[in-house]
Amino acid sequence: MTNKMITLTIDGIQVTVPEGTNIVDAAKKAGIDIPVFCYHPKMKPVGMCRMCLVEVGRPVVDRNTGEFVRNEDGSLKIQFNPKLETGCTTLVSEGMVVINTSDKVKRGRKDILEFLLTSHPLDCPICDKGGECPLQNLTMAHGPGTSRFLFDEKKHLLKHYPLGELIYLDQERCIQCGRCIRFQEELVDDPVIGFSQRGRSLQIVTFSEPGFDSIFSGNTTDICPVGALTTADFRFGARPWELNAAASICQQCAVGCNLTLNVRREAAAGGKVVIKRVMPRQNEWVNEIWICDKGRFGYHYTEAPERLTQPLIRKEGELVPVSWEEALGFVAERFRQAGKGLLTLASGRLSNEDLFNLRKLSEGLGGKIALYTQMSGGEQVMQVGLAKESNLAELGQGDAILVIASDLHQEAPIWWLRVKQAAERGATLIVAHPRPTRLEKFAKHVLRYRYGDEAGLLLAMLNSLSAKRPALPERVSTLWRDDQVQAAAKAFAEAQNAVIFFGNEGVGLQASQALAQACLNLLLATNHAGRPNNGLIPVWQRPNDQGAWELGWRPLPNLDEAISQANAIYVVACDPAGDNPTLPLTPDFLVVQDLFLTATAKLAHVVLPALPFTEREGSLVNGERRVQRYYPAVPPRPSARADFTITGQLGKLLGIDLEDRLASKVMLRIAAEVPAFSGITYTALAYAPEQWPIIGREDLYYGGTTYENKQGIGVQLPNALQQGEQVTLTWPSLAQATEINGGLLAVPVTKLYDSGSTLVHSKLLDQRRVAAVLWIHPDEAAAHAVQEGDLVHLQFGEASAMATAILDKTVPQGVILLPRSAGIPLLEPCAAQLKVVERSYER
Amino acid sequence: MFEPVLTRNIHRPNSEKIYTYLAHGGYEAVRLALKKSPEELIDMVKRSGLRGRGGAGFPAGKKWEYMPKDPRIPKIVAVNTDEGEPGTFKDRELVERDPHQVIEGVIIASYTVGARRAYVYIRGEFFLGVKRWIKAIADAYEHGFLGKNILGSGFDLEMSVHRGAGAYICGEETAMLESLEGKPGNPRLKPPYPAQVGLFGLPTLVHNIETLACIPHIILRGPEWFASIGTAESKGPKIFSVSGHVNKPGNYELPLGTTLREIIYEHAGGIRGGKKLKAVIPGGASTPVLTAEHLDVPMAFETLAAVGSQLGTGAIIVMDETTCMVEVARRLTKFFAHESCGRCVPCRLGSRRLYEILERIECGQGKPADLNLALELAQGIDGTTFCPMGSALVNPARSTIKQFREEYEYHLTYKRCLAGNTHSG
Repeated sequence: MTNKMITLTIDGIQVTVPEGTNIVDAAKKAGIDIPVFCYHPKMKPVGMCRMCLVEVGRPVVDRNTGEFVRNEDGSLKIQFNPKLETGCTTLVSEGMVVINTSDKVKRGRKDILEFLLTSHPLDCPICDKGGECPLQNLTMAHGPGTSRFLFDEKKHLLKHYPLGELIYLDQERCIQCGRCIRFQEELVDDPVIGFSQRGRSLQIVTFSEPGFDSIFSGNTTDICPVGALTTADFRFGARPWELNAAASICQQCAVGCNLTLNVRREAAAGGKVVIKRVMPRQNEWVNEIWICDKGRFGYHYTEAPERLTQPLIRKEGELVPVSWEEALGFVAERFRQAGKGLLTLASGRLSNEDLFNLRKLSEGLGGKIALYTQMSGGEQVMQVGLAKESNLAELGQGDAILVIASDLHQEAPIWWLRVKQAAERGATLIVAHPRPTRLEKFAKHVLRYRYGDEAGLLLAMLNSLSAKRPALPERVSTLWRDDQVQAAAKAFAEAQNAVIFFGNEGVGLQASQALAQACLNLLLATNHAGRPNNGLIPVWQRPNDQGAWELGWRPLPNLDEAISQANAIYVVACDPAGDNPTLPLTPDFLVVQDLFLTATAKLAHVVLPALPFTEREGSLVNGERRVQRYYPAVPPRPSARADFTITGQLGKLLGIDLEDRLASKVMLRIAAEVPAFSGITYTALAYAPEQWPIIGREDLYYGGTTYENKQGIGVQLPNALQQGEQVTLTWPSLAQATEINGGLLAVPVTKLYDSGSTLVHSKLLDQRRVAAVLWIHPDEAAAHAVQEGDLVHLQFGEASAMATAILDKTVPQGVILLPRSAGIPLLEPCAAQLKVVERSYER
Repeated sequence: MFEPVLTRNIHRPNSEKIYTYLAHGGYEAVRLALKKSPEELIDMVKRSGLRGRGGAGFPAGKKWEYMPKDPRIPKIVAVNTDEGEPGTFKDRELVERDPHQVIEGVIIASYTVGARRAYVYIRGEFFLGVKRWIKAIADAYEHGFLGKNILGSGFDLEMSVHRGAGAYICGEETAMLESLEGKPGNPRLKPPYPAQVGLFGLPTLVHNIETLACIPHIILRGPEWFASIGTAESKGPKIFSVSGHVNKPGNYELPLGTTLREIIYEHAGGIRGGKKLKAVIPGGASTPVLTAEHLDVPMAFETLAAVGSQLGTGAIIVMDETTCMVEVARRLTKFFAHESCGRCVPCRLGSRRLYEILERIECGQGKPADLNLALELAQGIDGTTFCPMGSALVNPARSTIKQFREEYEYHLTYKRCLAGNTHSG
């Protein structure tokens, strides 16, 4: 891209835009809406719908002098193209004159709309898009009032054609703009739908099995300019004008996609207000205008009937409902008795306000707090995390991105998308992973290492860059000489800006600390820290793990020991007993505060029902260290309370000063106490500047009216370097490789659709959910006498599980991969013994 | 009597064989051309005034000049034998009867623009043509006219045949490139033009085979000779495919600028059964229809444009007084509606609507307003489509309404045909 600016005139308004801009975008900048159907500013223009036809004039150039020819009055002599030109495919040029309102243009548009409507069913009264439909809006604005053609000649096609179980196609409504096809091809590299046939028989079909196999498929329903594509979740669910919108933040991963929750009070739900659909909300710094299907369809847990509705106290061995007063009084009393013996265990599923109150409560009693997580490294992120004022969309030519130990496509789809796009803009992508992942296709350097060598690999990269080469463990001691490692290290070091994403695939809690430190060292040594568009991004499993670290929460290196020593344990938003059935969770007093009656809750003395994110407000810190707030969307269930409120009320009973009513006031306390949060208020988080592309207004680049972000883009936290602190290189101590003892290294991997408590209630995703399986290399399978489809008994330490074997050549040798949150209690890599229990002969 | 140039060999026995071609001066032009510089060759083609024979009539020399000169950029020559225009059958004759003449032209064009790869795209239904193309290419390889180091010149050229799968639109150059790449034949956005970004993203020279067949003759006999044939703006010989109600339908090679009257009455033997001529489509189905009044119009790019029609592919469809012009328009429009690729709205839907109106009128179910509706519809399609097909598809309806409005009105009023035809569905 050049920085050359072009000045042109559109309907008499002069506008200056960068070279390479098309007429539609230039007009948008000038406040003029040129109607479009097929054009979408996030995709390449194709000029198919012909809706954006405009009159274009260009200054006449004297062939001899190369100068513009001028009229007598000194104005430029303009020559108009006798034909109308499409505004989306025509790039601006100096002195261009565009007419968007002439009779010729109006007539052209009228014709196009009339043509479209001759084949469109006009079933607006029962169409999901009715009310927020670009075809409807543009027909009102530009179309003819009546049609000169006969209704009988319309085509009759399938109205409920499932492209997959998630997305339905109404073939009659489709206007063949191809936005969905191009989205799948260009943006998310899942070319699973396409056009079949030609001419008037042109139809969208799916090529994949299962149908429309893409984790981004829901986005096509948003950009569809008619009601042709609808989600199985929302279709015929409500009319758009009946819906209220609440701004929210997705809670499914650490990206923190901005959402709009559309809600409605409805008879079918007994007069309650319910969520009807989840839509992306524009935030060009985070998720642009996209979300993954997990975020779109995964909200059902918030309204699951299984949710806890009342406080429970164990009486004579049974958990029985009690009043809040009784429950809180009882808990407060027991906590007071426990004093220093109180252990508070909470996870990054909680908001900043919850975590802050919980910590304050524990501190007030002299107890301990522990972050429930399998991944460490938050401190390093606080030091050199992605710097304030960063935007991944700005990474491109000359920049580098390193992704290590994370399968972004499955763990954080929108980051995968943004990294892919940065690579397509020219950024050097380095993917380091023990097995192939979807991101590698876009990588310039692929580094394959063995599980356990993550930190070693980064230190080897660092070694290859300097003459001082501290000794590394034997397994990685010569890695720095490897050509690929050297090339990747060199590319990383030479990049103008560089970002590292690190995950925890194959990395245990201890080892992830070393990995994060190695990342920090590499960033610091190559001067890629402390300035915008540089830094470290952790691929946390939960939406607010980073917030927990910022607010002083740390995982305990030995959780078992801490648990066995505690007199009272307060478990909030996590299920340690469910994750690890062998955990010795038998304190004198156990309080669980959660949405569901988890395995841990079943052991508890007191269970306190909390509210999901949809029924309260709060704020989260995403992996890019952006603090974002979410708003209440539906009224809270009567006898459940927000986590910070419950904690605050316990504080009141215990004489500890905590804010228990307004999340915004908790934030004021956080800002006063935690330096990185200094200045952050709910008002600041609600700041919503104008974003490009402009998605609202007349022409509706996007179907749907609830994308616009009027509720805030959040605020990025400054990292330690930006706050003027010193960050120094420390050499991490690398963990020893796991002892295998003749078995295989079992590695938990994250799959997007798992059976975690925040997803299992979305029945729509059942078909795509990962089962209790184990992936094993065919050679390794042969060595252990395992065949495809075998039911295998796995023994890791004291824990055991059953899993069905899947032979997969991409799995490294010596390893089995097991999905997280799919019924196999494996949290960290460890040695596993395999035994075939039952052979399946079905093929 | 004009001596045939392009079709001079086609009546010989075994005219498609390489030995026949060689026996009559074949591949001499290549020997000559390989000794010349590309600049010289481009200059010759420019001076000859050769214009594309595929329909658009773009000057061939200019097209060659637009190809990038940088020898490090690989380039491609794509040969368009996707002859699908109703009424046209000249390319078929050339490929079936004298393929080596075209191969020679391809070699010279490739050498000139620096292409080392040539693809022949041929209409899938030309079964014999495909066979002969393949055989001819194999023979040319065997004789050292294709492959490595052609005739010791150091110039390499590989050539192969690709069959189309039956789509009119693949005759449009960018749709043809898409199809060659294995994708659905949909036209591409222009610019970039094929000379910048063509097949597989490489600069590509696309030519109709009749254009390429002219090249060896220009080299051998000189551009001045070529330019001496024809009119001011339309140079050289042209194969006219004459079909319809004439006594001797067939291909006639004549100088550009020959009048319709001469072609129909002198060469094609006049109207069948001594009937009166009613209408002529001068350049294939997509060109506007002319009437008996236009018989003295010379068949050249500029003269036909002056009377509101086009030379197109030079396919002359002759219709006598018994022809129902409404039916002509309906059938041709049906063809275009069937062949629309469907990407852009006016062509996909407009063509269909236009067809429906014409069908209605022809069947006697038309309403008085239909005539203006058809014209307005045509106006809405013309110039608003993605590719030139939109302008092409409205020509049959629009030009027949213009020239034979009374027939339409008769249909509307009396619910039957003025020409006495019964509706044939």
